[in-house]
Amino acid sequence: MDVKTGLFYFFSIVLLFAAFRVITARNPVYAVLYLVLAFFQASALWLLLKAEFLAIALVLVYVGAVMVLFLFVVMMLDIDTEGARQGFWKHFPLAAIVGVLIVLEMAAVLMGGFRVNEEPHATALVGQAARDFSNTRELGKLLYTQYLYPLEVAAAILLVAMIAAIALTLRQRKDSKQMNAADQIAVKAKDRMAVIKMASTQVRPIDTPAAAQTAENKA
Amino acid sequence: MSLTLGHFLALGAMLFALSVIGIFLNRKNLIVLLMAIELMLLAVNTNFVAFSYYLGDLHGQIFVFFILTVAAAESAIGLAILVLLFRNRSSINVDELNTLKG
Repeated sequence: MDVKTGLFYFFSIVLLFAAFRVITARNPVYAVLYLVLAFFQASALWLLLKAEFLAIALVLVYVGAVMVLFLFVVMMLDIDTEGARQGFWKHFPLAAIVGVLIVLEMAAVLMGGFRVNEEPHATALVGQAARDFSNTRELGKLLYTQYLYPLEVAAAILLVAMIAAIALTLRQRKDSKQMNAADQIAVKAKDRMAVIKMASTQVRPIDTPAAAQTAENKA
Repeated sequence: MSLTLGHFLALGAMLFALSVIGIFLNRKNLIVLLMAIELMLLAVNTNFVAFSYYLGDLHGQIFVFFILTVAAAESAIGLAILVLLFRNRSSINVDELNTLKG
C-alpha cells in the first residue's frame, strides 16, 4: 500500500465521518462546521486526483463563500432544534432501507465494472512535459474557447441568483421616511402650485365692536 | 495496491447514500436538508473528477465547475427563501413551507 492509498483512506474516513455528523448533529452550527470539514476532505481527495484548480476553488469559493453564508443564516435564525428533530427516529427505518438500496444499486453497477483503463492517463506524461503540465491552464484553455457560451450562461445564472436572493430578503422598514425619486421626477408644475382666481381688490371687512375697541386703545 | 477508479466511485456512492439517509431523517429541518443536498452534489462532483482523471479527459472537470456554479446559486436562493420563511412563520418546518404565498 503506497502513500497515496493511505492518504485516500484517511481522507475518505474523515469525509464519511463528517458527512455522518452533518446529518445527525443536534445543533445546526455543528452541522455546518462538519460540512466545512467534509468539503476540506473532498478538496484533499481532488488533489490526489490531480484536479488542483477545482480543489482550490472548492476551498476558496465553496467553503469561503457558500458555507459562510450557511453559517450566517444559521446564526441569524433562532431555530428550535428540538422541534426540528421531532420524528427523527421515526423515519429511520425508511431511511435505512433507502440507503441500503442505493448502496446495493451502486455496488451492482460497480461490480459490473467500467471498461476503463485502470491506469490513469494523466501519468502518461513524463519528464519535462509532466513538469510543465498545468491543470489550471488546460482548464482555462477549454473554458474560454470551447465552453465560452456555457460560461456566459453560468455568469447570468449567478447574476439572477444574486438579484433573486436580494429581492426575496429585502424588506422595507415601515417607520422610516424616505424620498421617492420616481415620484419627484414625474411631478408636474400644476401639482405643485395651484393658481386660484380671486378679485384684485377686496372689500374691507366690517369692523366688529371688539376690533374698534382695540383700535381706540392703540390711539 | 494502488488507487483505482473503483475506490473513488465507492466513496462517492457511500457519500451519496449517507446524504439521502440524511434527507429522510431530517424531514422537518430545512437547513439540514439544504446541507444534505450540498453533500450529494459533492459526491457527484467527486465521481466526475475521478472519471476525468482515470479517462484522461478534462471535460469532466469543466462539468464540475458548472455544477459548483449552479449549486452556489441554488443554495443562495434556498437560504433566501429559508430566511423569508423564518421571518413569516418563526420556524423552518418544511410542513409549513406551502404557506409562503405571494
